[in-house]
Amino acid sequence: MAAAEDRVDPIHQFHINDLFDLGTFGGMKFAFTNSALFMFVAVGLVFALLYFGSSSRSMVPGRLQSVAEELYSFIRNLVHQTLGEEGMAFFPFIFSLFAFVLFTNFLGLIPYFFTVTSQLVITGALAVFIILMVVVVGFAKNGVGFLSLFVPHGVPGALLPFISLIEIISFLARPVSLSLRLFGNMLAGHIVLKVFAGFIVGLAGLGIGGWIGAIGPLLMTVAITALEFLVAALQAFVFAVLTCVYLKDALHPHH
Amino acid sequence: MEAEAAKLIGAGIACIGMGGAGIGVGTIFGNFLAGALRNPSAAQGQFTNALIGAALAEGLGIFSLVVALLLIFVV
Repeated sequence: MAAAEDRVDPIHQFHINDLFDLGTFGGMKFAFTNSALFMFVAVGLVFALLYFGSSSRSMVPGRLQSVAEELYSFIRNLVHQTLGEEGMAFFPFIFSLFAFVLFTNFLGLIPYFFTVTSQLVITGALAVFIILMVVVVGFAKNGVGFLSLFVPHGVPGALLPFISLIEIISFLARPVSLSLRLFGNMLAGHIVLKVFAGFIVGLAGLGIGGWIGAIGPLLMTVAITALEFLVAALQAFVFAVLTCVYLKDALHPHH
Repeated sequence: MEAEAAKLIGAGIACIGMGGAGIGVGTIFGNFLAGALRNPSAAQGQFTNALIGAALAEGLGIFSLVVALLLIFVV
């Protein structure tokens, strides 16, 4: 394990560093971290895009206005398709969720930038909030009728307790899978990128023959970066779609 | 056997689960494409459903990856 020290550490990029301390409240240390910094940057970018994109309001949209309008109408169509007209009340929530996840994913792809969504605590907080909102909205809209989500139609009486148990477990697994999917995709993608980048450094250290050999992992890193851009957009989209699907259960528990 | 070795072997075994997720995602998109080539006009409306199915299948593979990472870095 002597070579282990000069190998690239793929986990180092996920370390949270305190940028400046905010003191101690009730025995807990509070600090402004690099994670918080990039969340602020992401929210600022979303705000700037929408503010400057919608400030000109010209009939023929410019570049910025096109991006803002496309983003808006894309999520609007998604919410309208899955939730219908009454679900449009949730459009601002789902749009902010999608924009936040999309911008933090993309920010993380810039070298030396921190990926906020590669922290389980961030995605977990988002997922738990979504599921709690589904439960609250479900009970507010349907009362006790929301529990019919766990009683599917046309199931024989003898099977019903088992089916209900499975339905309840699958409902409780939703926040786990929702948060782990985003977290795992981001974490795995960035680790793979770092491992291949480490191959380039390792091969280039071997001399002239190593430089030629390093072209392979270099091309692979470029290809994986392109793939990661696709994954970043796709996972933000999937996160928004699954939120819509779960909210649909809250609005119409009878399927 | 050393505990460290058992940990690494366990992480490797856990990653086999990702192969199952790969089969699942491949089945979903393969069947989507087969259906889309038969009836291209209906394909656009079902693409979101294909993505949802792929995301759900992929999530289970991510679980096994998380187990592997836990074994290496946490346990």
